[in-house]
Amino acid sequence: MAVKVLTMAEMAAASEEPEILFWVGCAGSYDARAQKVTVAFSKILSKAGIKFAILGNEESCTGDPARRAGNEFVFQMSALQNIETLKMYNVKKIVTTCPHCFNTLKNEYPALGGTYEVIHHTQLIQKLIDDGKLSIEGGMFKGQKVTYHDSCYLGRVNDVYEAPRSVLSSIEVDLTEMNRAKERGLCCGAGGAQMFKENEPGDKRINIERIEEALATGSKTIAVNCPFCLTMMSDGVKAKEKQEEVMVYDISELIVQSNGW
Amino acid sequence: MGIAQQIVFIILVAVSGYFAFKQFGKIYRNIRLGKDEDISGNVGERWKNVLLIAFGQKKMFKRPIAAIMHGFIYVAFLFTQIEVIEIMIDGIFGVHRFFAPYLGGFYTFLVSFIEILSVGAFVATIVFLWRRNILKLPRFHKDEMTGWPKLDGNLILVLELLLLVGIFTMNGTDTVLQSMGDSHYPSTGNLAVSSWLGPALFGNMAQGTLIVLERFGWWLHLLVVLVFLYYIPRSKHLHIFLAFPNVYFQKLTSRGEMENMPEIMNEVKSMMGLTEEAEMPPADAELPEFGSKDIFDLGWKNILDAYTCTECGRCTSVCPANVTGKKLSPRKVMMDIRDRAEEVGLNLDSGEAKFIDESKAKDGVGLSKENYNDGKNLFDYISREELHACTTCNACVEACPVLINPLDPILKLRRYEILTESAGPTDWVPMFTSIENSGSVWQIPDARDKWREQLES
Repeated sequence: MAVKVLTMAEMAAASEEPEILFWVGCAGSYDARAQKVTVAFSKILSKAGIKFAILGNEESCTGDPARRAGNEFVFQMSALQNIETLKMYNVKKIVTTCPHCFNTLKNEYPALGGTYEVIHHTQLIQKLIDDGKLSIEGGMFKGQKVTYHDSCYLGRVNDVYEAPRSVLSSIEVDLTEMNRAKERGLCCGAGGAQMFKENEPGDKRINIERIEEALATGSKTIAVNCPFCLTMMSDGVKAKEKQEEVMVYDISELIVQSNGW
Repeated sequence: MGIAQQIVFIILVAVSGYFAFKQFGKIYRNIRLGKDEDISGNVGERWKNVLLIAFGQKKMFKRPIAAIMHGFIYVAFLFTQIEVIEIMIDGIFGVHRFFAPYLGGFYTFLVSFIEILSVGAFVATIVFLWRRNILKLPRFHKDEMTGWPKLDGNLILVLELLLLVGIFTMNGTDTVLQSMGDSHYPSTGNLAVSSWLGPALFGNMAQGTLIVLERFGWWLHLLVVLVFLYYIPRSKHLHIFLAFPNVYFQKLTSRGEMENMPEIMNEVKSMMGLTEEAEMPPADAELPEFGSKDIFDLGWKNILDAYTCTECGRCTSVCPANVTGKKLSPRKVMMDIRDRAEEVGLNLDSGEAKFIDESKAKDGVGLSKENYNDGKNLFDYISREELHACTTCNACVEACPVLINPLDPILKLRRYEILTESAGPTDWVPMFTSIENSGSVWQIPDARDKWREQLES
């Protein structure tokens, strides 16, 4: 399905205003695998008839990894610039496909002078389904075993456990929880700027520990809500040489595939 | 009870009370070595947390078996205070079971209730000793749990057993003595445990032996209470008091929000031309230090957290870095902060001039927290390898039953390393420069919205 996605600048030029800004994030913009999530979520938004826009080249990293690494200067520079951009376009509502962007925009920008209504894409999808704006068919995932990996920044940090599960139930999967789930969910190993550095010495990588748990559920599909979890879990599957049988998908991709959009 | 006993009693209680008070004062002082921070407001929510989480032990029930065991010891401890109050009154005024005649049947109920709880506590304590030393539960056997922390854990449990032995000796012999018709022993009614345990253990003894044993149990219980009073401020067992204020003073801001650094925000704003001239920081200001290098740069709540930690290791057992064999252990971070605070506290108490920072030395000015420098800091306790391994996943924060936040100090130390020392993992440098120069975590020449092409087909 062909979808036309406009930037805020393009909308402004046409004197239009979107209902919501889709904050794509660095991974969603540049990471080849995460781009597919961006595409899938854009399809969902347009299928639901949501008027949305992106910032395009005017978007910068929210600064989350810099801040958690300890680099407040870089965080402030990126964040303050974003806040200026958001102010310029009078942005009030933001949806993100990345729980790190979600957390920083929602919980950290207010102290810097930027307050918005921020939701995660799994929450928005749930709302669209509940409001009857998205008709979902079980399709190819109906009755299939799927396990869901809670990201730390959506789950434990922001207490969002039910929305992603509710979206999964809409495509009638057989949700099989891992031993460590919800507030006890194990990190994929990418947060706190770990994504950008080598591991400290240890017995194993965190994503291996997590993928072993996911594989133990017997699910052939692992659902995630975060581009960094997506990378870590996919790497884990490859490390276990299971890439032929086990797939890792963002929840939005499952919706799109399930409906054949 | 003879007057001599009363005098000994009063002196013992007064002396241990004095030492405990002094020691608790030092802990308060050590907590205040941290930076002032205003943690107030939301009084209703704070008291609700104290009721549910501290008093009600809500978070303990994530591990139900441990929660029930711990619950017995905790509730027994709470209700035994009634007996301790009675012991105080009896000891000071030379009376015996002061409450018994006044409370009558309610006294029987109360003491019976305490006895049933105490049996539970006794079993739980044995299970805890077994779990620590024979079952060797992994969280009690990490690297940081050798030496003193290991001994501390066992000592507390053994002292608890002694407390219970004291109580049951005292109540059991009392029951037998009552049946002998000695008017010194007012009727306690049929106590739930001692009315059968007493005769079973002490039934055949002579009255003289029983009188001595009754006093032995009474004094044993009292002495162990006093030993605890002296011991607790030096032990991880402090959680029995500090859990309450620690829960009350929990930061109520979102877990996802790292504390803002207004001084850096304002500097960046002025660099970006976002501030008025008047708000600009003065040009001649001394180069400031950012983040935390030592306990003086942590907030006082971080140090309260450290003193509240009872080393249960729930945080470490769920830490993704720790479970995959990395050195980081959130519990160790808290223990290190407490050990460092203790070290600084002891040095401050010594008043020795060698701990005065040379650049701050002034004639006639003694050692204080302001001029303190012993050449050490928190980085001597917590290695960089530990700090770098944290994924900021908040599992430790979620796991703590008394709302300790081990993540906050880790991030403050990271800030010091990066901002003040310009050190840290070199792998991070490309990410920093890329965000700074291109607004993305990766330096990629493509346009940020190139992915749109994938939608046009």
